[in-house]
Amino acid sequence: MTVESVFPRLEALLPHVQKPIQYVGGELNSTVKDWDACDVRWALMYPDAYEVGLPNQGTMILYEVLNEREGVLAERSYSVWPDLEALMRERGVPQFTVDAHRPIKAFDVFGLSFSTELGYTNMLTALDLAGIPLNAADRTMDDPVVLAGGHAAFNPEPIADFIDAAVIGDGEQAVLDITDIVRAWKAEGRPGGRDELLLRLAKTGGVYIPRFYDVEYLPDGRIGRVVPNRPGVPWRVSKHTVMDLDEWPYPKQPLVPLAETVHERMSVEIFRGCTRGCRFCQAGMITRPVRERSITGIGEMVERGLKATGFEEVGLLSLSSADHSEIADVTKGLADRYAEDKIGLSLPSTRVDAFNIDLANELSRNGRRSGLTFAPEGGSERIRKVINKMVSEEDLINTVATAYGNGWRQVKLYFMCGLPTETDEDVLQIGEMAKNVIAKGREVTGTNDIRCTVSIGGFVPKPHTPFQWAPQLSAEATDERLTKLRDSIRGDRKFGKNIGFRYHDGKPGIVEGLLSRGDRRLGAVIRAVYEGGGRFDGWREHFSYDRWMAAAEKGLTGTGVDVDWYTTRERTYEEVLPWDHLDSGLDKDWLWEDWQDALEEVEVEDCRWTPCFDCGVCPQMDTHIQVGPTGKKLLPLTVVNN
Amino acid sequence: MQRIRLRYTKRGRLRFTSHRDFQRAFERALRRSAVPMAYSAGFTPHPKVSYANAAPTGTASEAEYLEIGLAVTRDPEALRRQLDESLPPGLDITDAVEARTSNFVERLEASEWLLRLPGVEPEQAERAAAVFLAAEAVEVQRMTKNGLRTFDARGAVAALELLPEGTAQVGIGDDTLTDGAGDVRTGAPCAILRLVVRHATPAVRPDDVLSGLRSTADLAPPVPAEVTRLAQGPLDEQTGTVTDPLALDRAAAEVGR
Repeated sequence: MTVESVFPRLEALLPHVQKPIQYVGGELNSTVKDWDACDVRWALMYPDAYEVGLPNQGTMILYEVLNEREGVLAERSYSVWPDLEALMRERGVPQFTVDAHRPIKAFDVFGLSFSTELGYTNMLTALDLAGIPLNAADRTMDDPVVLAGGHAAFNPEPIADFIDAAVIGDGEQAVLDITDIVRAWKAEGRPGGRDELLLRLAKTGGVYIPRFYDVEYLPDGRIGRVVPNRPGVPWRVSKHTVMDLDEWPYPKQPLVPLAETVHERMSVEIFRGCTRGCRFCQAGMITRPVRERSITGIGEMVERGLKATGFEEVGLLSLSSADHSEIADVTKGLADRYAEDKIGLSLPSTRVDAFNIDLANELSRNGRRSGLTFAPEGGSERIRKVINKMVSEEDLINTVATAYGNGWRQVKLYFMCGLPTETDEDVLQIGEMAKNVIAKGREVTGTNDIRCTVSIGGFVPKPHTPFQWAPQLSAEATDERLTKLRDSIRGDRKFGKNIGFRYHDGKPGIVEGLLSRGDRRLGAVIRAVYEGGGRFDGWREHFSYDRWMAAAEKGLTGTGVDVDWYTTRERTYEEVLPWDHLDSGLDKDWLWEDWQDALEEVEVEDCRWTPCFDCGVCPQMDTHIQVGPTGKKLLPLTVVNN
Repeated sequence: MQRIRLRYTKRGRLRFTSHRDFQRAFERALRRSAVPMAYSAGFTPHPKVSYANAAPTGTASEAEYLEIGLAVTRDPEALRRQLDESLPPGLDITDAVEARTSNFVERLEASEWLLRLPGVEPEQAERAAAVFLAAEAVEVQRMTKNGLRTFDARGAVAALELLPEGTAQVGIGDDTLTDGAGDVRTGAPCAILRLVVRHATPAVRPDDVLSGLRSTADLAPPVPAEVTRLAQGPLDEQTGTVTDPLALDRAAAEVGR
């Protein structure tokens, strides 16, 4: 059955909307396969605007991995802005893919990647526009399997009503395994309908099917237990881990959009996972163990990617890029190789020590030295021990002294507010640190023209981290603390004018916190927000705190719990957490011990260089961390004759 | 430094490319195909590219022009093929001539446009065109960066006429560029107008002429008009036609051979 393109109908709407180019597809390196020649068809959505979604590495990787397979097709979809949504509703144009403009409902699997919980309302918009029932229970054989992935999927309970399935961890192999199951089921003539397909997926132990689990609540509102409700469904679902990154050199042909997007560069993931052990960092915890891409693998991906895209900048991505065991050779090798081609290199994640300045110098060899960014995360020595960010103020000051000495003129510092055990004093220390940085800069350079920008985000406790039990600081307390800091900075005559101060108010963090550690009872809240017009919750101009609070009041009526219960309440050891049946590999007892260590201000080293701390991941996966050095060099490529 | 003038298109769905989007795409294509560009001097060197007179976002074009500076001399036709292959279908490089003359931008005196008006009866469009042309001046309004502006759309119009039905479709109607889905325009009437506009200040765009047709002759197309620039270049006032702006360079290149 051939599926018609909705493009002719969409085209008539495009002259009336902002930035129509984002809806037409046709990006360099995009793929349109023959619909009828494929028997398993995926629609992959990043539920945010095109400009944010297109550069997303996860979506790009899965798109390519699936399309490389014979008989498998994958197309991409992004959230449409409200101007187009209104026109689509008026004219009955369904949610579409940008590749061949096929309606989402026609696909076998509708996969959504959630980097953050703030994309949930956008998923509901897309489902509704697609003509797919919002509640998974109402779907029929005509509807695709709605599958969630991405970091937010490590606690998919708040969207359990709306999704058919969730996968946690690395997607590369997982999407191929799911494809095989869907293919076999279709080839057999779809025996047992949707239920049978979902059951087959559940039985693998690697796909979570919310409807196959019942959640029982205690009289006080806490969860009693989560129980599989049919035979063959495992008690816990495990995460997927790809061990050898060199076997998965994706994206090989990165997409190059015509429209402007948030990251205009060729990105190469140089390693996955992180064992620094920062206790607030969900990404670091759920992506363990560390797996490095080899220096030669990186070199090949950069070369091939630049040829395929024409980008002018290469981003070396990971959670802490300077930690790659051969990072010095990688950066020097790439800077040498592309010295003539005006290719810029960037290392987005940074560590505070002098080694980093050498790297930064290498990266900016041909360009200007404007700004360096560091993330001490906490203002006081004490709070940095709590969060296990092992940086002393002395380290930081020495680092910036070197930076200023090397010609850098501006330093940006990232912090969090609302960390566990935090007091006003810890936050006021942020200002002191900025002043010390500027004082040192003036001393080293002999000029007063030194800037330091302080950027502060609110801390949100996340599942699968040692802080999953921690109380979140209320929006009011966050705002109050940040106001005190702002006043102390602005009031300083000597340094105040040289310190930039950027912060977000505490309200969006409360909604993020509600969804992060939420459970199935939040489904009614998310739905009410969507029905009340909630869209693009990650965008300040679209986000409405009041809408969320009103929906929560209504949606949680009769449950005995409220927003504070989910956010500012501290959990106990005994409490069953909504995500306990999703196995990230981390041992819950280890997380609890690390939480206790945090409260006692005890630090934990990085297991790449010290003995194992038994976080549980490696034995559970029957593996160990994979780091170099390989000892290989990134040899200069032979010059290709034109 | 060798300078080469290129003619390019914005066809099919890629007519929604804005000029900024095109610039980025073109400069990436230059990198992918390793064109030996000349770079500007200064702290952040840029490849030497100058763009002339870009068509508005959403209008298709068969006749956009730009000029690039090369550090190494290249055969224009080989360069054209190389760049065309590196750009997505729809953004096509259709002509390349070595720049041998100056004042190229001044030679772009006028544009010839094709206006497809689906759902409009040809006779109705013909009558409206006659009313528009008979007017001394046609005041129209357009939102600009500096607010709502009122200006005359009639003075710049050198020709406005109905073309016979079934006139070859170019630009927008190119089926190969719309997912191969074909065209939904079946059965319904469709008027096709040919418009020649002098480049003046303030610039009069096809949209302005369409709003002039609406205000003077009540011509209100039910769906957005599909607009394609067919040519830009020197205007032959006698015949009301637009000629090839690269002709002088071509002739000079022949002589130089």
